[in-house]
Amino acid sequence: MTTSTYAWLAHFAQSTGVLYFMGLFLAICAYAFWPSNRARFEEAARTPLRED
Amino acid sequence: MVIAAAAVLPLILIAAMTEDRGYAFHAALGALAALGSVFLIANRCFRPGQVPAPQEIGGRPNYNMEPVKFATVAAMVWGIAGFTVGLIIALQLAFPDLNFDLPWINFGRLRPLHTSAVIFAFGGNVLIGTSFYVVQRTSHARLAGDLSPWFVVLGYNLFIVIAGTGYLLGITQSKEYAEPEWYADLWLTAVWVVYLLVFLGTLAKRKEPHIYVANWFYLGFILTIAVLHVGNNLAWPVSVLSPKSYVLWSGVQDAMFQWWYGHNAVGFFLTAGFLAIMYYFVPKRAERPVYSYRLSIIHFWALIFLYIWAGPHHLHYTALPDWAQTLGMTFSIMLWMPSWGGMINGLMTLSGAWDKLRTDPVLRMMVVSLAFYGMSTFEGPLMSIKAVNSLSHYTDWTIGHVHSGALGWVAYVSFGAIYCLVPWLWNRKGLYSLKLVNWHFWVSTLGIVLYISAMWVSGIMQGLMWRAYTSLGFLEYSFIETVAAMKPYYVIRAMGGGLFLAGALIMAFNLWMTVRSDAVGASQREPAPDPQLVPAQ
Repeated sequence: MTTSTYAWLAHFAQSTGVLYFMGLFLAICAYAFWPSNRARFEEAARTPLRED
Repeated sequence: MVIAAAAVLPLILIAAMTEDRGYAFHAALGALAALGSVFLIANRCFRPGQVPAPQEIGGRPNYNMEPVKFATVAAMVWGIAGFTVGLIIALQLAFPDLNFDLPWINFGRLRPLHTSAVIFAFGGNVLIGTSFYVVQRTSHARLAGDLSPWFVVLGYNLFIVIAGTGYLLGITQSKEYAEPEWYADLWLTAVWVVYLLVFLGTLAKRKEPHIYVANWFYLGFILTIAVLHVGNNLAWPVSVLSPKSYVLWSGVQDAMFQWWYGHNAVGFFLTAGFLAIMYYFVPKRAERPVYSYRLSIIHFWALIFLYIWAGPHHLHYTALPDWAQTLGMTFSIMLWMPSWGGMINGLMTLSGAWDKLRTDPVLRMMVVSLAFYGMSTFEGPLMSIKAVNSLSHYTDWTIGHVHSGALGWVAYVSFGAIYCLVPWLWNRKGLYSLKLVNWHFWVSTLGIVLYISAMWVSGIMQGLMWRAYTSLGFLEYSFIETVAAMKPYYVIRAMGGGLFLAGALIMAFNLWMTVRSDAVGASQREPAPDPQLVPAQ
């Protein structure tokens, strides 16, 4: 592999990696804070208490 | 069963043909285990009149708690063994004569025995046991498989025996926290894959629409450990007849792989797995819902995203490229946020139930474990900063940091979970004595405080002595002078370890008396009645 191919690949991996992980994380935050999910999560928080 | 039967003969052949006596012993042990499993499987599956256990009884899930019981007992036994070996090596450091010039009990062989016994034998059994318990209860479904949960529990403990006896006999690949050689690693891989399948299979059978957050943490732990274990142990054996193997890479690549593994063993075994315990047992014991379920989702993903990059902070000022060191440091500092987010979520779960801390020492133990979690995850990022690391690395400060996390967080949250589990699993009204739990709590807390404060003083002193120069530019102290200066702290540390072991013995007695007390339910026979939750007092 030539140096320029390495540099191009490294640059591509780094920049898309940052965008991909940041995007994924923001999507997870949106999912967690989406208003219509509120009731579901409040229900889920009681899961350990709802057994038997 | 066919596989087990087929494995017997080759293992005996290896035992007979190898020149390494330790390896011969392990092959014989493997053959014996294979024979034993043939017998156990035949007894379970082909007994006349044997019917498969029903999935439900009277509309309620027929939980499979026997493997959980086994793992709980194994955790206590290995825990006490591991704490004892820890005390022995602490005393060996203070009084080197205790090595007795014998290879088998030399510090170098006992040290991996201690770390593996407490992390993998004690911690691992706690994680397998609680994960099988929690995934069933929060999915309202019986554990997937009939033989496979037993294969996981028994197979894992066979791995522990092979690993531990190997260290004493001098079989090691010399990778910290990954010492077992290639054949033990292969066996663990098989066990771990089945573990993942049992866990996923149970989740697939769930009656609950939502997968509870504790199961997410368990799943993160199981998956990542599989990747880490396989990645760090890619090695080629010298021959089938030799326990020795060589890793595929060398030099700094090997070092980076090792600490990618090593730090994520902390992140995913000792953190994610035990956070799963926190997310189930703290709400259950406090009888309060999780403080913020949304925070728990963000906590999970932030922790997963950040931890995996933190490994290079173990290689500051080495041949590792500077940018990788800085990357490791940066991600370690960012880890502050999810760590503290999780701690706050656990602590705030008690809002409205803080008074229970006064009356329930089990809950108190779990809350103090969260306090220690917060403290050691504050200290860790601090130590990953290059300037701090130049003082702390290779000193006892690191040992102190590890033990504030291991004793204060991991062991305490495990003790809390086991104190909850034993009365539930054996259908007892409650623990034999809460007063003894209180004694356990205070004795071992005093032990932890002695341990970590001795190591802070000793470690910082050691680091400062190493870097002290005279006015002429010579090193001020010889190495042996720094060793001699640490002796009093080594003695204090051993006292702390002794107190911690004493606490665990109190716990074992308390649990033993709990199991011996009368059962609550009328019938103890299969199928076991649903364990009832009993409030603390």
